Amino acid sequence: MSIDRATIEKLGELAKILISESNVEVTTRSINDVLTLVDQLQAVDTAGVRPLANPLDATQRLRSDVVTEPDCRDQFQALAPAAENGLYLVPKVIE
Amino acid sequence: MHQKTLAELREGLIKREFSSVEVTQHFLERIARLDERFNCFISVTEDAALARAREADKTLAAGGAPALCGLPVAHKDIFCTRGVRTSCGSQMLDNFIPPYDAAVVENFNDAGVVVLGKTNMDEFAMGSSNETSWYGAVKNPWDVRCVPGGSSGGSAAAVAAGMAPGVTATDTGGSIRQPAALCGITGLKPTYGRVSRWGMIAFASSLDQGGPMARSAEDVALLLNAMASFDPRDSTSAERAVPDYTADLSTDLSGLRIGVPREYFDEGLNPATEQVVREALRELESQGAVLKDIDLPHAKLSVPAYYVIAPAEASANLSRFDGVRYGYRCDAPADLPDMFKRSRAEGFGDEVKRRILVGTYCLSAGYYDAYYNKAMQVRRLIKEDFVAAFADVDVVAGPTCPNPAFEFGAKGDNPVAMYLEDIYTIAANLAGLPAMSLPCGFVDNKPVGLQLIGQYFQEARMLNVAHRYQQATSWHRRMPPDID
Repeated sequence: MSIDRATIEKLGELAKILISESNVEVTTRSINDVLTLVDQLQAVDTAGVRPLANPLDATQRLRSDVVTEPDCRDQFQALAPAAENGLYLVPKVIE
Repeated sequence: MHQKTLAELREGLIKREFSSVEVTQHFLERIARLDERFNCFISVTEDAALARAREADKTLAAGGAPALCGLPVAHKDIFCTRGVRTSCGSQMLDNFIPPYDAAVVENFNDAGVVVLGKTNMDEFAMGSSNETSWYGAVKNPWDVRCVPGGSSGGSAAAVAAGMAPGVTATDTGGSIRQPAALCGITGLKPTYGRVSRWGMIAFASSLDQGGPMARSAEDVALLLNAMASFDPRDSTSAERAVPDYTADLSTDLSGLRIGVPREYFDEGLNPATEQVVREALRELESQGAVLKDIDLPHAKLSVPAYYVIAPAEASANLSRFDGVRYGYRCDAPADLPDMFKRSRAEGFGDEVKRRILVGTYCLSAGYYDAYYNKAMQVRRLIKEDFVAAFADVDVVAGPTCPNPAFEFGAKGDNPVAMYLEDIYTIAANLAGLPAMSLPCGFVDNKPVGLQLIGQYFQEARMLNVAHRYQQATSWHRRMPPDID
């Protein structure tokens, strides 16, 4: 299955990655290379085969719904590109 | 000093033949002198290392020291280290200083190690050559024109060049075994869930597994003893006791059944590599092991299945890098969508972006069944091949890689040519099986790796085979030429 420029632009939107005009062509080509590789899967008969998500067929352990993490807000916010008064700052969303 | 194995350094420390400060200084001096040539380290933590070494010397003098007390190691820069930058080889995390230690780092600290620094890697562990690192590629100590393999190339080359006697690494599709093979050292990817993923920056969570690298199988066993644990903070951590991986290293190989997959000796395998690997199998046979041909009919599908599953999981895991809470943010964003899109476009390199886009495509409406679900079905077929094979054999053996180390730029701009270098390693990740690589000879003066794949949680059996092989051979003792 080969993808075109419109699909690449849509993927960039979904993945929130800006694909500049000068990169559209090379990105499309290399992603098509990968999709050509993975298209080999289409020839395999997998009727009735259960998908394997965890290699040991394990399910996630559950734990009690109690707070176990300490409050590290100040430490975490010290890492942020912009934070103020305990809040993360981003460009204005609503005018 | 740097030619000694960890086991030998440990004995010397316990007998007080030398101090941890002396050992640590020796390796720090080598890093300072040699790393300009090889680019193995992203960060060197000299002061903290010497402080830890002084502490270790006191503990060693007092007696009752923990298992790895005073031994220097380096961590792949994918494991979070409190107060020390953890970049994952990416500009995205160039300024990221974690406020906590990964479980693996905690375990090693509890075992008494001295941390020399953080090693270079392919960006977010996506690569087989180390060429995707934002900090520049690592050079192969055996031939600086060649790649060290990836993604744990800095870890592997640091051991090969004698800049660290043991290191941590991670393996999602071969990232421990392939660089171990290309750099002529020993590395082990444990069973999925054996080593905690807590604090290990996620790439593809159903495949990622941390593991150790060192010169010898005995050293790898020592490191795995400290590294493996059950950790309730990792929701897929294996809830079972950790055995002593050194206990059965010397067990006789008589009657051991080794499965040799026909598919791992196909036309894609370099004939000179095949010869070296066959010779290694004959050595195991001469020690009493029985070689049996086996079939893994779906093995050839592991690369295509992986390049759906790993990118799909990566596209979800890497969505957290948005320029809001930590990591890179672009300059002067016009609005919120512009901030997300430019921060990610500028902060990630080409290979990471390619995989996120492929993963996004495979998970998008209308394609999920054709790609993601199909790949997970093929994943089960690949696993069932191994389950069937292990009914008749104890371990599987073959080449780690189809070729020895290739030159920088050799794979051109087609990503698939690079992906095919992992053709023999990926299946163990898809199946969740433990696997390792150990040096077994040379082609064109470049190291070749023998791969062993074990039954679930039978790491000790593989280590036993590897140790017996290393007792009879000296490939793991070879050092690259021209490194003083």
